Amino acid sequence: MAQLTGAQIIVECLVREGTKTVFGYPGGAILPTYDALHEYSDRIHHVLVRHEQGASHMADGYARASGEVGVCIATSGPGATNLVTGLATAMMDSSPIVAITGQVGTGAIGSDAFQETDVTGVTLPVTKHNYLVYNVEELAYVIREAFHIARSGRPGPVLIDVPKDIQKAVTEFEYPEDEIILPGYRVPDLGTETQIQQAVELINQAERPVILAGHGITMSGASDELRELAEKANIPITNTLLGKGCIPEDHPLCVGWMGMHGDAACNHAIQEADLLIALGMRFDDRVTGNLKTYAPNSKKIHVDIDPSELNKNVRVDVPIAGDLKPVIGQMLPHVKEAQHSEWLNHIRNYQEDADERDIVHHDMQGKLIGPQVINDLWKYTKGDAITVTDVGQHQMLEAQYYPHQRPMTMLTSGGLGTMGFGFPAAIGAKFAKPEEEIWAIVGDGGFQMTLCEMATAAQEQINVNIAVLNNGFLGMVRQWQEIFYEERYQSTPMWNPDFCKLAAAYGIPSMRVTQREQIEESVAFARGIDGPTLIEYVIEKDDMVYPMVPAGADLHAMIRRPKPGEKANAK
Amino acid sequence: MPNSKITVVALVENKPGVLNRVASMFRRRNFNVDSLTVGRTHKPHISRMTIVVNTARSNADMIAANLQKMVNVIDVRILREQPFVSRDLALVKVRTDDPDSHNGVTEICERYPARIVDMGPEVCIVEITASEAQVEAMIEELRPIGIVEMVRTGLVAMSRGARIIDSDYEIPEPIKRVLPTNGYHV
Repeated sequence: MAQLTGAQIIVECLVREGTKTVFGYPGGAILPTYDALHEYSDRIHHVLVRHEQGASHMADGYARASGEVGVCIATSGPGATNLVTGLATAMMDSSPIVAITGQVGTGAIGSDAFQETDVTGVTLPVTKHNYLVYNVEELAYVIREAFHIARSGRPGPVLIDVPKDIQKAVTEFEYPEDEIILPGYRVPDLGTETQIQQAVELINQAERPVILAGHGITMSGASDELRELAEKANIPITNTLLGKGCIPEDHPLCVGWMGMHGDAACNHAIQEADLLIALGMRFDDRVTGNLKTYAPNSKKIHVDIDPSELNKNVRVDVPIAGDLKPVIGQMLPHVKEAQHSEWLNHIRNYQEDADERDIVHHDMQGKLIGPQVINDLWKYTKGDAITVTDVGQHQMLEAQYYPHQRPMTMLTSGGLGTMGFGFPAAIGAKFAKPEEEIWAIVGDGGFQMTLCEMATAAQEQINVNIAVLNNGFLGMVRQWQEIFYEERYQSTPMWNPDFCKLAAAYGIPSMRVTQREQIEESVAFARGIDGPTLIEYVIEKDDMVYPMVPAGADLHAMIRRPKPGEKANAK
Repeated sequence: MPNSKITVVALVENKPGVLNRVASMFRRRNFNVDSLTVGRTHKPHISRMTIVVNTARSNADMIAANLQKMVNVIDVRILREQPFVSRDLALVKVRTDDPDSHNGVTEICERYPARIVDMGPEVCIVEITASEAQVEAMIEELRPIGIVEMVRTGLVAMSRGARIIDSDYEIPEPIKRVLPTNGYHV
């Protein structure tokens, strides 16, 4: 048996878990592990970030683009606390990441030592599980468990805090090959026969059924089963923000996405449905609006791998704790073919109404607006790029105007709504999918929260295209101020740096776009450079995202974009 | 829906930090804990918690699901339909510096499953182990005599009859070998 240090065991275990890229930042308490990374540099590529938050978002982006565990590393104290936003983001969106943090030596724990923080305490509510390792012999078992917990069931972030003396301690190392036994960790798989029978009965009786497809479909790899279910009984599919791409958005049964800024047709369909089939989604307040008036006349089936999501926000008739792929598989043979033509036509009318209001083809007389930028990015990237958004108006516009055809091609912070997520997550995604075209679509506000990672992108010469939609405002907050706070624009106008000059300072080629005609050229420009590029789209500041369900309002009570010639009904 | 008391039993791994995890979940999910007790079972690697929560009855399943979701929680039961025994232990220090109060305390103790466990010239300590309602009733009787100090353990509970809440889990040999030398502690 080989004698290895704790640090070597950490890196050896990462290799065994299939990790090829880690994102991190060194520091005192994690130095032994960095020294081990040096030995393994032919097998593990370490990406040096400029802020640990970036490392956690990169690991997250890596995980979301690949479905594999993303890994980030930080030192004790401030290094570890800087990961917290990224861990919380991953927790809310069920993204599998493993974070390894250095800790002060076991003898100093609890003494307020230099760079000591109770990291397992701080991260307890924002991780699926976490560990503080007190014994080097335990380390390999802990790392194996951590990866298993991160990627199985409802995935999520797991943090391992390793004191410096444990990293330096030497032990005989043999990689544990035995089965991982976690007595309290259960991952539901199949639905019971009764549950499946009840669900299928509701599906076969329904006249106005709607499928609500969420992130769970993607994570379970159940896209084919979803499509089969929908096609067999002609059930319209609506998806959540994170469910985008789980069914090709040009599929005739895909109505679009639901919720606060979702397609009006989806929201109306949900409100008028007689059956909701909720698959791997969690009835977040951003998709339900007022719970008291939500889908009032419908029966509800809810399938989720996390039993604590069932009956949490919405009481359902048939709750099924299970893995979507096998559970839909259980239902399929019993689902009867159906047409639902009247219902589908009814929904189509809503879609036509929305098309009338759309401004994507309007002549804006030389002005550039967000919807047209996103639409044209979609057009010139042939709708086939992986887009990673930040949070705000541009994020909602991406969801509206960039239809996706494949799962795991639209990455966004849905649950936590983390500004600053987009750009670093895009870097992570590119490491996971080097052959894909990656666009970070960000606003001028969120981009400035993590733009220091331009140095990381430049150092790695990673081919990520940054599209900054610059309206000189915190646009989504501004929109709320306009509608709900009588246009008092407190702290939302932004003085911004010259983003192109800033990119130039980082050695990143850039282009500024002020006219719609330049968008095609900007995409060609970005594609022509094998490395990071930045395109700044200077857009109108006062454009709003429509439709909009005000927070807590009824889902069908949307503020709509006025039709041509109509006055805005915003207030 | 009016709130009521829900009694939850959880078997957990006897590992550092587990109590913190469980308590943190209740705070985070905004469930109001009435009492929480924890101690080892007849298997030293498994601890048992009895948690009494003051909440809407409809929240019981939510609490169970959130507890069960925790990696270190082995099993969870809500004690509601089935009959169960629950006991609270209180130590009450009462002023007994005159014969009347001394006699009063002795008389009260005879009517409850209680006894005097420490007797001095000025105060005595009464120990009662009983249902929560009985403990509270006795405290109200002792109050006029003069309670100077009091401590309660919180409820522990167990189903009646042959319904057994236990786990077959044994720590696997290789893990047992590498467990921290500082031993178990919840």
